[in-house]
Amino acid sequence: MTESTQLIKNTRLIDPGQNIDAELDILIINGFISQIGKNIQPVEGVRLIDASGLIASPGFIDLHCHLREPGFEQKETIATGAAAALHGGYTTICCMPNTDPPLDNEATVNYVKITASNTAPYINILPIGCITKKRMGVELADLFELANSGCVGFSDDGNPVSNSRLMFTAMQYISSFGLIVIDHCEDLDLSRGGQMHDGWVAARLGLKGIPAAAEESIVARDIALAEATGVRLHLTHISTKGSVELIRNAKKHGVNVTADVTPHHLTLSHKRIIQKNSDSLSEIAYDTNAKVNPPLRTEEDIEALIDGIKDGTITAVATDHAPHTTEDKACEFDTAASGISGFETSAAVLLSLVHKQKLSLNTLIKCLTTGPASILNQPGISGTLKIDQPADLVLIDPDKDSLITPSMLVSKGKNNPWIGQVLKGMIMATFYHGHIAYINDELRDGK
Amino acid sequence: MSEKVLLNSSDIERALVRIAHEILERNKGATDIAFVGIKTRGVPLAQRLARIIQGMEKAEIPVGSLDITLYRDDVSSLGFKHVVQQTYVPFDITNKHVILVDDVFYTGRSIRSAMDALMDLGRPRTIQLAVLIDRGHRELPIRADFVGKNIPTARNESIKVFLSEVDAVDKVTVVKREEVNDDNQNF
Amino acid sequence: MTTKTSKADQIGEDSLNKVTISCWRHRNILDLDDFSQDEISLVFEIADSMIDILSRKVKKVPTLRGKTIATMFYEPSTRTRSSFEIAAKYLSADTVSLDAAKSSVAKGESLIDSLRTLQALKVDVIIIRHPSSGAPYTAAEHLNIPIINAGDGCHAHPSQGLLDLYTMKRNLGSLKGRKVVIIGDILHSRVARSFIWGTRFFEVNLVLCGPPPLIPEGFKDMIGRLELNHVTVEHNLNKAVLNADVIMPLRIQKERQQSGLIPSIREYVQQYQLDQNRLYKAKPGVLIMHPGPVNEGLEITREVAYSSKSLIEQQVTNGVAIRMALLYLVAGGENK
Repeated sequence: MTESTQLIKNTRLIDPGQNIDAELDILIINGFISQIGKNIQPVEGVRLIDASGLIASPGFIDLHCHLREPGFEQKETIATGAAAALHGGYTTICCMPNTDPPLDNEATVNYVKITASNTAPYINILPIGCITKKRMGVELADLFELANSGCVGFSDDGNPVSNSRLMFTAMQYISSFGLIVIDHCEDLDLSRGGQMHDGWVAARLGLKGIPAAAEESIVARDIALAEATGVRLHLTHISTKGSVELIRNAKKHGVNVTADVTPHHLTLSHKRIIQKNSDSLSEIAYDTNAKVNPPLRTEEDIEALIDGIKDGTITAVATDHAPHTTEDKACEFDTAASGISGFETSAAVLLSLVHKQKLSLNTLIKCLTTGPASILNQPGISGTLKIDQPADLVLIDPDKDSLITPSMLVSKGKNNPWIGQVLKGMIMATFYHGHIAYINDELRDGK
Repeated sequence: MSEKVLLNSSDIERALVRIAHEILERNKGATDIAFVGIKTRGVPLAQRLARIIQGMEKAEIPVGSLDITLYRDDVSSLGFKHVVQQTYVPFDITNKHVILVDDVFYTGRSIRSAMDALMDLGRPRTIQLAVLIDRGHRELPIRADFVGKNIPTARNESIKVFLSEVDAVDKVTVVKREEVNDDNQNF
Repeated sequence: MTTKTSKADQIGEDSLNKVTISCWRHRNILDLDDFSQDEISLVFEIADSMIDILSRKVKKVPTLRGKTIATMFYEPSTRTRSSFEIAAKYLSADTVSLDAAKSSVAKGESLIDSLRTLQALKVDVIIIRHPSSGAPYTAAEHLNIPIINAGDGCHAHPSQGLLDLYTMKRNLGSLKGRKVVIIGDILHSRVARSFIWGTRFFEVNLVLCGPPPLIPEGFKDMIGRLELNHVTVEHNLNKAVLNADVIMPLRIQKERQQSGLIPSIREYVQQYQLDQNRLYKAKPGVLIMHPGPVNEGLEITREVAYSSKSLIEQQVTNGVAIRMALLYLVAGGENK
């Protein structure tokens, strides 16, 4: 009997990877899934958790987040980011390399791995390596070294790789490692100076816009390059209808491309920036909490992204968790930093799509578990609860209301556009290798 | 509402005629006299006085209108603000005997504001004050030169002047304060 | 509202027909998009009185005595700033003026901190001009004293919108059915945006004219979405000025050519300059306005700018009167 021995009773287990959606018990012994079935009898020393009314799912996998350490510890550290991720139901997270120093060398990658194991032991943190040195887009990084030191994929996120020749060569190397290239698709010439989506709201607010074509032109380029090199291409935080169509067509033609979308791009449009804050003395808000890159787009784009999930064009949701300090956001819109601190509201925001019947619960969970697992293609990360595998799972109350406030966010980043709103759906417990890595007070104390 | 009529149309007319005579007597004729009515009801009163004097002396007396909103001493402390209306004094007041005309003379503050406003328009030889009603309760050391009628009042009473140019009827009434609409507050 | 051209009518006029001050709901003046028609009329009425003061020998009234108006300009400006400062002084307010380049901003102090400092100095109103759209809105979130927006990025310039509208009304009376043309870099123009908002109650036919990248699809989409039905777009200047009653060219900035938005200044002048020939296509009594400063030989020829049809100087005078009216409404009286 250890801390990682639990019996979860009466939960609705939804595990798309094994086609399970049923009221079941789950027995975890010493951190491994021992039994899944009905009416499991407690063994001696097991901790009993009554999960009636709750949904159980394999722990969520995030392909894209920013932990900010090393270099930007005022915004987040690996420890606080991990705590926020667990609060959001994530048991495996991939952290992007735009740290300082960036993850373009073995030493920094090792630093992240060691800090993660020391300060955040109950979560799986997988580093993404840089494609180019310092993400400058001029010279390739030491790709072999990064692959050998444990990077699960490569990206210059924050930036695209603008030089097509460089990207082409990078893809040739990376495809030989069997790892993924994750591209942030943005034509920097088209987007330069842009603060939000280039549409009627930008015209209204007098802000420079980023046209949809800035993303779509690079999506098209990357698909062509991927086809030529055979690399597994993953396009992250897709935001436009045009991008979805390009990816759909590419998949039809057999190109090895995958895509993810963020919770905010699935639910918020560019109108969110104008939104009047009811405490405000002014009529319009210029809400910097809604400033993100790629920007929030139109309702048409949102519909297309949801359709993309439904038809399998997009197979994963990634948070792009991007915490910032209050000072970085409490200023004029065009000087404010871009990004949403999204780990902890991700599940509830996605559940709102289920509540509105735009997506099924099963599809949603796929996007958080088997979808990203299959993209990562890493041993041991299956996104599913197989017997004798480590017990990474999450318990969710899909109907519980919670008021989002800065103090309830565990992340250092309080830059979240749902602050002040009540969201329906809450993570009640997150298990990592059988340990309770996060548990909601009510569940811990018995409902 | 207990509104009591104190003067009717002919009472008002008689008072104005008497004031006109007094003005001519004091100023030894109509030379260099000008009327400036304080908005709103001081203006028709000034016009009437000018007409009466014109009838008597065959002299045309210039008449102007003064808006004192921008000179009030209570601009910062009142909870509401006043719409600024226009001042129209289309003649030079320098060296003239300017007779300020107002309907009700109360605390004296509007007259103080009116004098400040006049000083910004020129340098009159004298400023004299003609009022239709003096209701007492002065808060500043200002007196009227010509008074239509003295009507001592209590603080909780309000004098209301109606003139046909503005109100379609001529009369002066007194009302007890709690029944009075504050928009018509005396100043 | 018709202009009162006959002063004699005003004597004895009772105030019941006029707009009452109770229609005024603004604590800050950030843009014209939330001004009601009554509020615009109210500003104009007060401005009428203020214009009188400007023609007196003693150009001062004691109304805002003891109040302090601070101007905080993060963008260079002589005209607007001095217009606000003079307006404040004519109302007997004290003024204090901060030039961002020389102040603590150059040392890295944030906008909000600088404004908080001013607030702690107990000024009564802050007038702010800033190159970032939305900066006054961010400021209003953090301050409890009134703010007047003297221009924020490309977004709004409410006092300019009001003075342009006022100038038109004083010269034309009713604006119903009049064709008013704005020419130039509409996309980056806060003057154009405020003008669009200000004119929406007056049944004008407002035509925006400029090269396609400077009136792009997003802008046209906005006009449709916000139901600004009085606005149309015409890219050809010769068609746009046909039978116009009022034409207002905007400054074209040389930076637009550097950023590739116009092919060259020469081409811009050929296609979009308001010169005498183009003026002939407009109505004979056409009036010319310009927010200033004028780039002679660029968006407008010298001859047109200084012609008898030009209202440019009137706009400057009216600007002071409008700003006096706004200061009176915002600073005079108890803060709500």
